[in-house]
Amino acid sequence: MKKLMNDPRAVTEQTVAGYVRAHAGRLRRVGTGYGVARVEPLLPGTVAVIGGGGSGHEPMHLGYVGAGLLAGAVPGEIFSAPTPEAILEVVTATHAGAGVLFVVGNYSGDRFNFELAAERCAERGIPTHTVVVADDVGLGELIRADNRRGIAGMLVAAKVLGAAAERGDDLESLAEIGARLGHGIASMGVGLRAGTSPLADVASFDLGEDEMEIGIGIHGELGRDRLPRQRADAIADLLVGETLAELAPPAGDSLLVFVNGLGGTPPGELALFFDAVARSLEGRGYGVARVLVGTHVTALDMQGVSLTLGRFDSELLSLWDAPVDTPALRAP
Amino acid sequence: MTLDANWAARWLIAAGDVFETERGALSELDRQIGDGDHGENLSRGFGAVRGQLRVGTLPGTPAEVLREAALTLISTVGGASGPLYGTALLRASEVIADKDALDAADVAALLRAGAAGIAQRGSAEPGDKTMLDSWLPAADAAAVAAERGEDAPAVLAAAVRAADAGAVATDDLIALRGRAAYLGERSRGHRDPGAASSALLIAAAADSL
Repeated sequence: MKKLMNDPRAVTEQTVAGYVRAHAGRLRRVGTGYGVARVEPLLPGTVAVIGGGGSGHEPMHLGYVGAGLLAGAVPGEIFSAPTPEAILEVVTATHAGAGVLFVVGNYSGDRFNFELAAERCAERGIPTHTVVVADDVGLGELIRADNRRGIAGMLVAAKVLGAAAERGDDLESLAEIGARLGHGIASMGVGLRAGTSPLADVASFDLGEDEMEIGIGIHGELGRDRLPRQRADAIADLLVGETLAELAPPAGDSLLVFVNGLGGTPPGELALFFDAVARSLEGRGYGVARVLVGTHVTALDMQGVSLTLGRFDSELLSLWDAPVDTPALRAP
Repeated sequence: MTLDANWAARWLIAAGDVFETERGALSELDRQIGDGDHGENLSRGFGAVRGQLRVGTLPGTPAEVLREAALTLISTVGGASGPLYGTALLRASEVIADKDALDAADVAALLRAGAAGIAQRGSAEPGDKTMLDSWLPAADAAAVAAERGEDAPAVLAAAVRAADAGAVATDDLIALRGRAAYLGERSRGHRDPGAASSALLIAAAADSL
């Protein structure tokens, strides 16, 4: 294993330090954990939107702290949830009197630790709501719908909710938007080569040179199927078919399309893959309403891609379009 | 053989010892259907609890010992098992608050509250192939033994047998919670690491009498 690192156990600490140093005008460390908050405080009366979960998914969540997106981020150790204490430190640093919205993926560790933090917030009189993102349809009928994982849709949800908080929505309104997003986002990934954790010497799973894992998770969890490798067009068509089936948009609808690299896939391949996705959508009679192509929600250095489709109404689209200024996402 | 604060401390120290000894075995179970860090997490968390009990001053009641351990587990274990065991011990401490020593009914109540804490935090149902499948049979068996009029050690012994049997019975279940649930049918034939560690924790309580 070759990686740019020092002590493997210090990788998370030094990654956070690097983000904060590189974006010193935007990010600041808070507390004693790995928490990060915006330098510029929220306007009083704004809900603080906080994202968190295990690290190893960079640029999520650190890279999305800034105007129009997250007020703060709480990374845990690699692929491991942050503690309630670390979460509370970020709450304390960002709370602007209007409560806190947590955006987390549907993983037991993340859910439980954020629940415990929410209980402590309640004791201190800070209202919270948690949006649990479960956009991964990759395991299909293998699992119950309430066990679906949160993958690249976590960024889409955070972006929309961050924009809504920025325009002044209260906690109740954000909770309602979060519920709508839950029905409007579907994702699915494919792994071509496993990632390797700095803490381990070996890849998190074995995949033959000619194999790909369909429905893979962002921690190297197995998917639904292992198939011989295929052309990009065939992979794109498979992912489009599965995510469309979940969203069931009316014929002729236009969708948000997010092609996400899992950490070890070059930008050119992502562009090529987006083109394949767009052609597949058009072939099925659908359009592309908005596009995001890039490496955002990763699984260390895993080679592979995920596709997220969003079936958005005009309000959700306008929130997606709202200005954002963060290390990893900036628009217009 | 009083079930006082010293017993509670011996219990948690014994748990720290057993999780260190069984660290590899628990992580190996977890590698089959999870992410392979269950033994490591418990060894670290209960190791921290054990360290505190050895160097710190011992609180006055079993409830205080369990509560302090719960808070340590929540802040040191991370992942899912810290909050689950933390919540179990926290709920358990609430039903025995203010008692200097526990009787048979208290032991049954402690296990019942622990099981309820795990069910609530984990949104788990019996048969989901989780820690609950060890805790719930233990709580049921303890309740039956306590109602029969057996003493606290006999109640704990009944709980240990039921927790063990419950853990073994998870072999045949399909996981419906946690990372193992992603495997669906492929999770059958493997013991749930959480149920296995729960049985060890409950056994440590009996071994510390």
